[in-house]
Amino acid sequence: MSANVNTSLPLEYQTEQSRMNILGFWIFLGAEIVLFATLFGVYGVLYERYAGGPTHQDIIMMREVMIQTILLLTSSFTCGLAIFEMRRNNLKGLITWLIITLLLGVGFLFMEVNEFLHYIHEGATMQTSAFLSSFFVLLGTHGLHVTVGIGWAILIIIQLLQRGLTPVTARKTFIIGLYWHFLDVVWIFIFTFVYLKGMVA
Amino acid sequence: MGIKWNEILITGDPLILGSQIAILLTMIGIVGGITYLKKWKWLWTEWLTTVDHKKIGIMYIISAVLMFFRGGMDGILMRVQTSRPEMEFLNAQHYNEIFTTHGVIMILFMAMPFLIGFMNLVIPLQIGARDVAFPQLNALSFWLFFCGAMLFNLSFVVGGSPDAGWTSYFPLAGKEFSPGIGNNYYAVALQISGIGTLMTGINFIVTILKMRTKGMTLMRMPMFSWTTFITSIIIVASFPILTVALALMTFDRLYGTHFFTLSGGGLDMLWANLFWLWGHPEVYIVALPAFGIFSEVIATFSRKTLYGYKSMVFSIVGIAILSMVVWVHHFYTMGAGPGVNSIFSITTMMIAVPTGVKMFNWLFTMRKGRIKMTTAMLWALAFVPCFVIGGVTGVMLGMGAADYQYHNTLFLVAHFHYVLIPAVVFAVFAGTYYWWPKMFGHMLNEKIGKWHFWLFVIGFNMTFMPMFFLGLDGAVRRSYTYSVESGYAPLFFVSFIGSIILALGFAAFCYNIYWSVRYADRNIPSDPWDARTLEWATASPVQHYNFAKLPEVKSMDAFWYMKKNNEGLTLKKEELEEIHMPSNSGLPFIMCVVFGISGFFLVFEWHIAAAVAAVGIFAGLIIRSFDYNDGFHVHKEEIEQTESAWRNGEGEVNRYVGKR
Amino acid sequence: MDKKMKRYPIGHVVGFLSSLLLTFVAAGIALRTSLSFHTIMLLIGGLALVQAALQLFMFMHVNEGEDRKTQVINIAYGLIVAVIIVAGSIWVMSFGHHH
Repeated sequence: MSANVNTSLPLEYQTEQSRMNILGFWIFLGAEIVLFATLFGVYGVLYERYAGGPTHQDIIMMREVMIQTILLLTSSFTCGLAIFEMRRNNLKGLITWLIITLLLGVGFLFMEVNEFLHYIHEGATMQTSAFLSSFFVLLGTHGLHVTVGIGWAILIIIQLLQRGLTPVTARKTFIIGLYWHFLDVVWIFIFTFVYLKGMVA
Repeated sequence: MGIKWNEILITGDPLILGSQIAILLTMIGIVGGITYLKKWKWLWTEWLTTVDHKKIGIMYIISAVLMFFRGGMDGILMRVQTSRPEMEFLNAQHYNEIFTTHGVIMILFMAMPFLIGFMNLVIPLQIGARDVAFPQLNALSFWLFFCGAMLFNLSFVVGGSPDAGWTSYFPLAGKEFSPGIGNNYYAVALQISGIGTLMTGINFIVTILKMRTKGMTLMRMPMFSWTTFITSIIIVASFPILTVALALMTFDRLYGTHFFTLSGGGLDMLWANLFWLWGHPEVYIVALPAFGIFSEVIATFSRKTLYGYKSMVFSIVGIAILSMVVWVHHFYTMGAGPGVNSIFSITTMMIAVPTGVKMFNWLFTMRKGRIKMTTAMLWALAFVPCFVIGGVTGVMLGMGAADYQYHNTLFLVAHFHYVLIPAVVFAVFAGTYYWWPKMFGHMLNEKIGKWHFWLFVIGFNMTFMPMFFLGLDGAVRRSYTYSVESGYAPLFFVSFIGSIILALGFAAFCYNIYWSVRYADRNIPSDPWDARTLEWATASPVQHYNFAKLPEVKSMDAFWYMKKNNEGLTLKKEELEEIHMPSNSGLPFIMCVVFGISGFFLVFEWHIAAAVAAVGIFAGLIIRSFDYNDGFHVHKEEIEQTESAWRNGEGEVNRYVGKR
Repeated sequence: MDKKMKRYPIGHVVGFLSSLLLTFVAAGIALRTSLSFHTIMLLIGGLALVQAALQLFMFMHVNEGEDRKTQVINIAYGLIVAVIIVAGSIWVMSFGHHH
């Protein structure tokens, strides 16, 4: 609560409230791990229950998935660069990299929506089988997180433009950075345990 | 949008019609009363928009008492219905609804908010802080819980109650077998309040880790702070599972997916698996803070430091892990095979060990202590033998092979009531008597308190003890009636009488609150029990900034140490500094309304309306993001005034414990 | 924290390149080899964990700041719970059904 500012630390860690917010967000990410783990668990239980509907090999478009993966990995990298620029107190660099991150995120989302539409067109919907229910909800939850992340980051960019780099905006930027990297971590597991595993089985 | 207007209001049942009229009259009464007394502004500025952890705590506790009444009514109705064989008081459908809402309300809308209320009230004071880490988020947590609770209760009169049990197992809870909207209420209302609970967990973890006052190391924290800390960790580790389970239930019911359905490759028992993955940790989420309350009460009234503090800490930390690995013992009869059932039998036996450790710690704390038989202490004393019965029968149920005999009988019902009532309900009563002066500046009446205690404890044992024997004789749970030939009638009747005594106990509690608010002595010291922890080192009721000067802790039982060594009890004028406090905010309350409207539409499957209302949720988040209000400063003059007002009574008046 | 004046984000570039490499290796193992299912899952599961750790330590700096210990314990506990949920659910729900 106190407004004590410790200027020897990076901007986002300078006030006690900021340190609490960042720790709180880490704990929230712990909860997110559990949330996604539950979805992975459900998928792991149901993933062979095709109910006569399409299987993984019937629907997965591996080339598009590879491109999505690269887009998201790159966006995680550019997001890291944005925080790097923030630490160097370079507002312009920070905003530039954030916008690039967002564009990559939008690209990822666009491809994912197309992928879903393609599946639905092929007759593979959420209602087709338990496998597809768990498949769509797991991926959809991740996609929803990316969407929220994009909207959230836009709010942060507006605030950065309005207020410049302050301990508060820096903290907010740092936290959205954590969130974005985390979504990449989740995607790594989706890529491995949904797509690659589906192609092997 | 396919709105079925004729399904909205439940008609044709005299009990429900009566409730509808009663609710309507109460609402008119409340609105009229507030308008007449011109209290709207006061209500808004002092309560609805508050971010003060103490007021939020009080609001949690008031809501919990109301929900206790509602859940208790359900319980009484069940006992009445089964008081005689072939009784025709409630029909099967109504009985199903009543036991469902009884379970959900008692666990999620009574036990949890009551305990979270005490956590809010006490934790910042106990660790010597001025608020929680995220005060506005804390208000949002409360309002989301409140929204969920109201939405769930609305089901009784609008649209129909859920009727698939508090566990809502599939396939029964699915669209195929429960086509009404009742179970949508379950999915949506629990979802909303669950989000609030998750945020409470995060808030208290950060508060306890980051906001302890100088010298308050983790191993000097009072036991209630420790149990709150571990409880918060378990909340964060388990509530996301409930979030997912409820979301999947919503998808199955509303959007035709096949997670838990019988067709399309779904797996109905997967619901049970997810439910108990959350549900078992949930048991410890309500039990641990209760253990914390007993630890405080027993130490205070035995006038001794808690025995075996370290072993207590290790045992609750152990529970944080173990509580995550016992969930299958709730559905051994699924028939997962000997491997699975054996492993989970073993983990279940293991978790009894840390709980046993705590039992002995409490007993040894009392040993050779100068025990004061206050009402709060009586609850703690009664807890020990009653809870042991619950615990030991739990070990019986925990053996996979034996469980096939007990499963879904009243034996199980008796067991978990013997666990939850002594642990949670006795604890919240003990806490209410113990911390009431801290909340309101007067005590609850000890004499009425003893009536409350004896009626409740006797009624409780009479209600649930017969169920052990009924269960062993084969009486199943959730059955709305039984035949004369079964021979169950006498024991069921004893149970019915017990439940009436239990209700009288609760009535005595309510009367005690009424009596004390009207007549109790206001001239009491800030530390009426001669207590040991920091919440008693400040005024009662607590001033909004908690401590004029943050206390410094030099030992366990910090306040006791301060009193014995006469350190840090006085306040010099030069020590005063301006205090920074967070500003009130109306946003959490507005979010509650928006969530409520959106949730209501979703319950009725009016998807477009729900989506439109959900825009309001995002609008709220955006407003919050742009909110740079940094709070305000309390001026020195105000602090000086406030402090001199309560510190004046040198030598303090009417000490209730220790003198008499 | 004095490293903040560094001009070139070498750590990030290394992290990025290795994450790309790990992704392609995993894809190669899964799609281009004819190892047994279990071997492949073991390998690509391991690679996913390495890559997640890479993100956590090189991009998210989980071990940075005054609460580094808490942050690491928190994530570790989250992972333990995740393993319990995933492995536990699959084990419990498959036993007696299709083994």
